[in-house]
Amino acid sequence: MTFYKLGDDIADTTAPDVPIEQRWDKRRFDAKLVNPANRRRHSVIVVGTGLAGGAAGATLAEQGYHVIQFCYQDSPRRAHSIAAQGGINAAKNYRNDGDSVYRLFYDTVKGGDFRARESNVYRLAQTSTQIIDQCVAQGVPFAREYGGLLDTRSFGGVQVARTFYARGQTGQQLLIGAYQALSRQIDAGNIEMHARTEMLDLIVIDGRARGIVARDLITGQISTYLADAVVLATGGYGNVFYLSTNAKNSNASAIWRAHRRGAYFANPCYTQIHPTCIPRSGEYQGKLTLMSESLRNDGRIWVPKNPGDHRPPDQIPEDERDYYLERIYPGFGNLVPRDIASRAAKNQCDVGRGVGPGGLGVYLDFADAIRRMGEDKVREKYGNLFEMYDRITGEDPYKVPMRIYPAVHYTMGGLWVDYDLQSTIPGCFVVGEANFSDHGANRLGASALMQGLADGYFVLPPMLGNYIASNKFDKIDASHPAVVDTVNEATGRLTKLLSVNGERTVDSFHRELGEIMWDECGMARSEDGLRKALGRLPELREEFWRSVKVPGTGAQLNQSLERANRVSDFLELGELMCVDALHREESCGGHFRVESQTPDGEARRDDDRFAYAGAWEFGGTGEQPILHKEQLTFDYVHLAQRNYA
Amino acid sequence: MKLTLRIWRQAGPAEPGRMVAYEVPDASPDMSFLELLDVLNERLTLEGEEPVAFDHDCREGICGACGVVINGQAHGPRERTTTCQLHVREFNDGDVIDVEPWRSVAFGVVKDLMVDRSGLDRIIQAGGYISAPTGSAPEAHSTPVPKPIADTAFDNATCIGCGACVAACPNGSAMLFTSAKVTHLNILPQGAPERTERVLNLVEAMDAEGFGGCTNTGECTVACPKGIPMASIATLNREFLRASLSGRK
Repeated sequence: MTFYKLGDDIADTTAPDVPIEQRWDKRRFDAKLVNPANRRRHSVIVVGTGLAGGAAGATLAEQGYHVIQFCYQDSPRRAHSIAAQGGINAAKNYRNDGDSVYRLFYDTVKGGDFRARESNVYRLAQTSTQIIDQCVAQGVPFAREYGGLLDTRSFGGVQVARTFYARGQTGQQLLIGAYQALSRQIDAGNIEMHARTEMLDLIVIDGRARGIVARDLITGQISTYLADAVVLATGGYGNVFYLSTNAKNSNASAIWRAHRRGAYFANPCYTQIHPTCIPRSGEYQGKLTLMSESLRNDGRIWVPKNPGDHRPPDQIPEDERDYYLERIYPGFGNLVPRDIASRAAKNQCDVGRGVGPGGLGVYLDFADAIRRMGEDKVREKYGNLFEMYDRITGEDPYKVPMRIYPAVHYTMGGLWVDYDLQSTIPGCFVVGEANFSDHGANRLGASALMQGLADGYFVLPPMLGNYIASNKFDKIDASHPAVVDTVNEATGRLTKLLSVNGERTVDSFHRELGEIMWDECGMARSEDGLRKALGRLPELREEFWRSVKVPGTGAQLNQSLERANRVSDFLELGELMCVDALHREESCGGHFRVESQTPDGEARRDDDRFAYAGAWEFGGTGEQPILHKEQLTFDYVHLAQRNYA
Repeated sequence: MKLTLRIWRQAGPAEPGRMVAYEVPDASPDMSFLELLDVLNERLTLEGEEPVAFDHDCREGICGACGVVINGQAHGPRERTTTCQLHVREFNDGDVIDVEPWRSVAFGVVKDLMVDRSGLDRIIQAGGYISAPTGSAPEAHSTPVPKPIADTAFDNATCIGCGACVAACPNGSAMLFTSAKVTHLNILPQGAPERTERVLNLVEAMDAEGFGGCTNTGECTVACPKGIPMASIATLNREFLRASLSGRK
């Protein structure tokens, strides 16, 4: 049985047809401008205050637009970009090690396993250098050398040192920079900031995005906010899996609601399982914690050669250890891209060589690095990560090797956008992890921060201006029938969640969803497994609406209701992820179909059939979604099987 | 492990609150403190009681959302550790643990263990930034920053804005929070042009928000999960004195 219908192809028509180096210049030159004096008459809604949303809000407000911004946290400073550890890529070539815009572009397209759009990736690489300048000017305290200049390090999937960092807290420092720029604009009265307010739905009038319905999480009050354009900067959907490295409250509701209103959702099955996370310790576990990939610069990954070897690591002699990444991929060693490192760890554990409880872990060992560099130098580079590991596990990684295991970390899929970052709903722009555009089927380390800030500071603002300058905006108010309908739907949904009064908690449904997704749509996916999941997920969704228990009322602070609303969307999104994974009968990047592998177990792409982005149109709850293919062409980076050996 | 949690329950800002005791008979030493509350909340939900409201998000000790007073200590007994990173292994079987929200005049209780910390945001809005409009930045290497300065700026920039310093201070002062921002930005060459106004505006906003004065008790630095030092308060005082004498405001 098929689970979807095939629609017409879709194409990006906004990237100009000129050589790739000139596309962004040409697009900006062709874009219409809004007279600075007129900008304050236009309001823009920005949902989310992470790197993409914070940067976008601050920049649009600086330019003179009236910005209405939202975050569910109590402060815009808490968005989950803050947890990014390792760094941010930029083609500065400060090391004189052969880096260039073209090489960053090339590495990103290749790292994404040839499933990203060349135009967007090239622009990302071009913009990267400006981001570093911008952040330094804001006072972001990047790591520096003794001469006072910026330090860089290398990351997975590349052979140059182009990653700028601030100890193991790069995301925090970049986000604080954006938050401070945002704060400056809030104080200047250019941004109307609504913290502890969550978007419930998108308001679409005459085919264009004109506002949102949102709930004040303290009072429960549901309100409408209207504007000329809506920017979604709401992050990824990794929490579909329940256990992930995302923040507990990270959710997909904003993009899923926009999807239900007509925005296509592209490549939902492209999820990144990060190789270096702390293994889970028990049933009660609520989330997983990442250990930065930068640790792979100096840590060596190994497992005991003999399956079932339960000796403590210090009693396993050198010749009975298998440094399997160094063995299989001598060229990149421990620094192979994330999807490859994760799968390799899973393969070791599958044959019984895993370590720690349940055999679901591999060692990440710093003994050599400590011998080589001294403990002080290791502490300076990774101190906060080692401390975090110690606090969570109760083990001292300076003495005992860390145990790590892959965990869901990032989602490359997201709402489909064109070169202007506009979704298929005119006036609804999508930035950062929430869109699908730059990372293909696998994101390279330190590229998420780069993309979030590129989108927010530099790419979105001129394209949003172009949209505003190119359209007329009729005055609308809250009495417009489309607004009233959207509010009623959103309110009705919450009322329904509260009225079920069944016998299962929201979390128990979320956990079950997560288990199904991890087993069948995780590191390895098979036709049988996905069909099984697609049999079970609709049942689980119906069970949810029949027997979920949400205490309290809607007219108060109600964290159970917030979660229930998010999980109801995850249940629908999980199904689409499985449909996408089932239809893509190839392996690429983070999407590994067991039916499509090389004799030595590497992912085998099928470029003849699948060199496209799959953009899904919503077909109705429980109805089949409609697939629109965006054919990807590779005019600059030649399609080739990835090889990191 | 069997633990008894005595938790502050308060339905809303204007409602009276009280401590309520709950038993958690099945705690595991490897749980985080928030997972302990999760387990309790699952049970309360099934029993038809409202779960305990508490702020939390990243659960990695970096977002600053979580924070409760545990047995009288902000973020609990372990040094340099947020509530989400505190684990049950720090406690003993049979312990009775008091769990309360941040207590401070400037932080009103929203519900149960949640408080309103928006005053900290308004301090930053008053000038806790460097004015660098997007696109205006010079080449990053045009301004070298000596490593020791960059490192001190970084140490202060690691503040997560959780408010533990305020909760721990007998005066309810936000001095450590404010001084971390002043130190981070004022010692950097990029922050120099706004140095004087920044410190004056931040201190003025801190006072206007109802945070108390600083009497150098140092409780703040003990509670701070990021180890922001007392030296930052000295830097703030020095910057404030210098700015006050400048006659610029």
